[in-house]
Amino acid sequence: MKLFVPKKAATVLSIFIFIIAVGASAFRNDAPVKQITFSTINRDSVASVQAFETVYKTLMSPRCMNCHPAGDVPLQGDDSHLHAMGPKRGLDGKGVYAMKCSNCHQETNIAGLHMPPGNPEWHLPPAAMKMVFQGKSAHELAKQLVDKKQNGNKDIKKLIEHADDGLVLAGWDPGEGRTLPPVTHAEFKKAWITWLQSGAYAPKK
Amino acid sequence: MAKITLNINKKDYPLEADPQMPLLWAIRDLADLKGTKYGCGVAQCGACVVHLDGEAVRSCVTKVSRAAGKKVVTIEGLSETNSHPVQKAWQEIDVPQCGYCHSGQIMSAAVLLREKPNPTDQDIDDAMAGNICRCGTYLRIREAIHMAAEMQKKTGTKG
Ligand code: FES
Ligand code: FES
Repeated sequence: MKLFVPKKAATVLSIFIFIIAVGASAFRNDAPVKQITFSTINRDSVASVQAFETVYKTLMSPRCMNCHPAGDVPLQGDDSHLHAMGPKRGLDGKGVYAMKCSNCHQETNIAGLHMPPGNPEWHLPPAAMKMVFQGKSAHELAKQLVDKKQNGNKDIKKLIEHADDGLVLAGWDPGEGRTLPPVTHAEFKKAWITWLQSGAYAPKK
Repeated sequence: MAKITLNINKKDYPLEADPQMPLLWAIRDLADLKGTKYGCGVAQCGACVVHLDGEAVRSCVTKVSRAAGKKVVTIEGLSETNSHPVQKAWQEIDVPQCGYCHSGQIMSAAVLLREKPNPTDQDIDDAMAGNICRCGTYLRIREAIHMAAEMQKKTGTKG
């Protein structure tokens, strides 16, 4: 088929299109983590990745990461050392034998410096869905958080709801002698929802 | 102060106590059962372990209100004649040194053997790592738990 475009103009046009394509792809940090079908998704990779910065620094703070260890023993303290006595996750995440979480962790925090913090649901993620935070890069964590195979089959709606889970909230009521996460729960929740609703893009690294 | 009835070793104890009082205080001072020991008071040693509806809770950090309406079993109530396999094995091997930690050790071991009748060394470590023994009787504890498992198998007695 004959194209009625002068040769020179066609060359300029194709260079122009090429530049736009390259430029646009530079703004995409990564392919979307997952194909998301949720009515309020407004894809925006820049806003998404930016929001994830806040999410990541919160989740990697000791109040969140200590119960998302790489191994089967939870972490303790602001330096995230292995939990004294080495309690183990167990299948349901609630400990094993004489070392179940609720044997020490009560329904509420116990008064006093570094006393066991409490919550009625105190547990680690279960063995079948470990949801490890410790040691994960921002890229790895973002991908893992929205991967239904790794997140307990949670869709975006369930993930958003999870921001108000009792044990998530407990991170902001850590008991005496423990630092708070780096942002308030409201700031975290806002960033979490922004990240998810703008496409849950994973940072490059 | 509140009226709280504790069921300890199958017996009801009507008590007057602050609901925040540690269960250990109520057991030792109000119910006058002195077998359960106070070691650290901060859930770090295991000397105060009792069974609360079958779980090996640390009574020094458990509020007495949590035990209301539940069944508490202390070392005095583990068996009527010191005949629980763990107690028998403990006597047979002569496990204790000073003995201070052993009410807690025995109560923890009993939960282990109920949930895992044939524990491996790893299971024993996983279950008992929170029970500290200042005298270092750990090797005898391990041996006694294996022996108790054998006894349990023969007699069919479960903790
Ligand atoms: S006295 Fe309760 S754990 Fe030490
Ligand atoms: S026998 Fe002395 S503390 Fe264990």
